[in-house]
Amino acid sequence: MGMTMNAISRSQIYVLDQDAALDFYVNKLGMEVNTDQDLGFMRWLTVNLPGDPEREILLEKPGPPALDPATAEQVRELLTKGALGGYLFMTTDDARKTHEDLVAKGVEITDEPTERPYGIDFGIRDPFGNKIRIGQMFPRA
Amino acid sequence: MSRAVEESNRAMLRARDAMDRAYAEPLDIPALARIALVSEAHFIRTFRATFGETPHRYLQRRRVERAMALLVETDRDVTDICYAVGFGSLGTFSRTFRQIVGESPTDFRRQRVAPANVPSCFTKAWTRPSSFG
Repeated sequence: MGMTMNAISRSQIYVLDQDAALDFYVNKLGMEVNTDQDLGFMRWLTVNLPGDPEREILLEKPGPPALDPATAEQVRELLTKGALGGYLFMTTDDARKTHEDLVAKGVEITDEPTERPYGIDFGIRDPFGNKIRIGQMFPRA
Repeated sequence: MSRAVEESNRAMLRARDAMDRAYAEPLDIPALARIALVSEAHFIRTFRATFGETPHRYLQRRRVERAMALLVETDRDVTDICYAVGFGSLGTFSRTFRQIVGESPTDFRRQRVAPANVPSCFTKAWTRPSSFG
């Protein structure tokens, strides 16, 4: 049976504070706000890379009623120790230049740009503990 | 209370990231404690409570993980790799490597093949020998 799914359109990560998330992902990383809407029960906040509005990342704050307070607290604790698993992979045409720009903006670098078999990439961490990897990928063989 | 835990966790993570980045340099507890915004004594205790092992042990595993990669991916000799990943003597390196991995660096090199092209951060996290059984 053939699969009919054709894109990964939205992904989600947890953040501790949506205003701080907006500042980081938009002002520091250069992403764009896709949707920022108070739905009443939650603030629906998504961002995308410029020119790529079809792929959104939902910046979700853990809390009630979606999660009970104790569970939300566990999520926050795991997030801040880097153990929750939120992970974004992005590509760039120039990893070293992107790295320079982000260093100038005070972004936390976890891994300096290094050439690997698959490309040149480096790691950063968002203010909450999520990992982000940015790579200038070689063409796949 | 919970906010304090989150801030402490994030600060400890920042210090651990610094160790990941500068693994080949000597373990500098005062510098790491400054990154984590706590006293030196408090740093070691809190790091252990957060990640389940001491900073020293974490750094050893990080270095051994790097050594494992270099043993498999390069032809550099064992002594060269020992110093490249931050160990001060071949004796300490060999003893620590064997204790953590269960075999000598040379035996390890003979038996392993290079991993597939997955992003290096995953290789780093998943090939790091465990302290936890």
